[in-house]
Amino acid sequence: MFKDNDGNSIMKFLKRELKPKAKLLTPFNLISIPIILLGLGLIVIRFWKGLGAITNLTQEVPWGLWIGFDVVTGVAFAGGAYVVTFMVYILNMKEYRPIVRVTVLNGFLAYAFYTGALLLDLGRPWNVVNPIIGNNFGTSSVLFLVAWHFLLYMLAELIEFSPAIAEWLGAKRATKILSGMTIGAVIFGITLSSLHQSGLGALYLMAKDKIHPLWYSEFIPVLFLVSSVFAGLSMVIFEGSISHKVFYDQMSEKNIKSQDGIIHGLAKICSVAMFAYFFLQFLVFLHDRNWEYLNTPMGYWFLVEMIGFVFTPMLLFFYSYRLNNIFLIRLAAVLTMIGVILNRLNVTVIGFRWDAATHYIPSWMEIVVTLAVIFTEIWIFRWVVRRMPVLRESPVWAKHDHD
Amino acid sequence: MGFDRRNFFRTIGVAGVTLAVGKSFGSVTTKDNIVEFQAMLYDSTRCIGCLACERVCAKVHNLPEPPEGLKAGVVRKTTETQRVAINNCNTSKGEVFVRKSCMHCNEPACTAACLTEAMHKTKEGPVIWRESKCMGCRYCMVSCPFDVPKFEFHSANPKIQKCDLCYDRIKEGKIPACAEACPGDALTFGTRRELISEARKRIFENPKDYINQIYGEEVAGGTGLLYLSSAPFSEQGFDPKIQNSSYPALTKGFLYSVPSVDVLLPPLLLGIYAATKNNHSKEEDNE
Repeated sequence: MFKDNDGNSIMKFLKRELKPKAKLLTPFNLISIPIILLGLGLIVIRFWKGLGAITNLTQEVPWGLWIGFDVVTGVAFAGGAYVVTFMVYILNMKEYRPIVRVTVLNGFLAYAFYTGALLLDLGRPWNVVNPIIGNNFGTSSVLFLVAWHFLLYMLAELIEFSPAIAEWLGAKRATKILSGMTIGAVIFGITLSSLHQSGLGALYLMAKDKIHPLWYSEFIPVLFLVSSVFAGLSMVIFEGSISHKVFYDQMSEKNIKSQDGIIHGLAKICSVAMFAYFFLQFLVFLHDRNWEYLNTPMGYWFLVEMIGFVFTPMLLFFYSYRLNNIFLIRLAAVLTMIGVILNRLNVTVIGFRWDAATHYIPSWMEIVVTLAVIFTEIWIFRWVVRRMPVLRESPVWAKHDHD
Repeated sequence: MGFDRRNFFRTIGVAGVTLAVGKSFGSVTTKDNIVEFQAMLYDSTRCIGCLACERVCAKVHNLPEPPEGLKAGVVRKTTETQRVAINNCNTSKGEVFVRKSCMHCNEPACTAACLTEAMHKTKEGPVIWRESKCMGCRYCMVSCPFDVPKFEFHSANPKIQKCDLCYDRIKEGKIPACAEACPGDALTFGTRRELISEARKRIFENPKDYINQIYGEEVAGGTGLLYLSSAPFSEQGFDPKIQNSSYPALTKGFLYSVPSVDVLLPPLLLGIYAATKNNHSKEEDNE
């Protein structure tokens, strides 16, 4: 049943598609290939000798870079998918349609790879199915909730993206059926996202005495949810500006034309979301009576995060929107992303056990494995974009299904 | 185990009669089908720092011999090979011994954290770890306010190590190995209720030997390891930041919001979708 337009068999089709479609000797490949290989070697050592062999984790700081950056920060950046699908499918903002597929693909791959990184961090990964099969259902656990919402959300995103796969394979009937499932998957996906984005913050609620008071509050879940909106959209802006250069040949004319308008709209949403977030942070700060901590090194660090990487990019987004300046928007997006990384790491790593005698600093091996995970994800992303109708238009026969 | 109607009336009755008659019914409880938490009382004024508890613990649980040498002011932590550690602390009341091991909380953060219920609060009271369920995520370690669970970072098949109050021995009707081995009678095993009464009695009878506090009666919502001491507990390595209310309660608000959001958000989204879809098709008609 799977025949492409030339009538070749599926095997021949796959064989052709698996071949590289662009130059192999690019600077990105030259950097990423050795790091991925080194990362694979380190992963072998990790499973052979235990987590302690390549990580600097301690009994007091049992979660480090792989959770704090790969999972908690990575998932915040993947938040663009639920925001954009909300705008396009629920609010029917048609002008953002060109970025839906690429954002969903980004989100799906982010989740797939961060779950992968999570498996590296699990001491006993062979038991990872236990909360799914009921050995046992730890329903009182925030992590149980996050695990299930992760799993179901990946399924929802796969369904959202599946029409692109079906179009690539030339499966007309499947395209039609899968497109029909999109709206259900979107509604399901937004609900799941709102809960696991906040759930990642809720994970740290019981670590009340361990996290610096400037970053701990009972509102962590809400703060994480609100910040995932602009974290995700900044990632969309950032990724869009790179795709614009790297995959220019893939983008349809319509797509290229609409880009500036989309980026402007996203900048506007970011500035509003960041204002809400900044205001909420301020209320939490007042509510918890945290003035006494401000005039300490951690207090200055807090101000750097809040003023430098929330307030400043918020203003930049606002003014660049008014001034119609794409460069400023991209700058604001980068600053915002740094701010989100800082915030997530401050909660999970830097502010965690801030008062301990010795601090956890990730080993170079943890960093290499993290980079290897990110690079592998980019490789897969690139592979998919060059083959499936992600940035380019869908084939003509599939058009009527989504317009 | 539950609190059925008959028990309810009986308790009301006992309470009423007690209020009316006075002291005479004070210790009557409805014990028939209620399993009380087993607990352990550590009286540091009776501890001589002989480390017999540490040695027998290692032997019973097939762990390597604990390190010798107990020096005043030198911190000895529990590790992935040592489930109980005695420390000699310099306090305002001189050198005081203190035991460090799992507190067996009434409402443990670790079991609330565990997504597979590998960490489990047994109905008898001990908090145990179950190997066949654990996926090694270490969320129990992040959540435990006392930093009790220890993870074997240098093993390809890592386990969580912590005191289980010799749960296997308790089920056989024996008492924990450390309590049995203690030559100075510093460890007493019994139901939590009895031990709190016993601790109060000791404080009442020897007010000069003890500070007037049972550590574990209230901290973290109450624990199964109870402490008596001659010196303030904040001077013995107990984090004063640890709250008196339960830790799992901190996540309750979030967990309770989950079913509401899961059920209420989709219809809301569906409603918005339907509303904007109508607009959209009208616009198209106008064009």
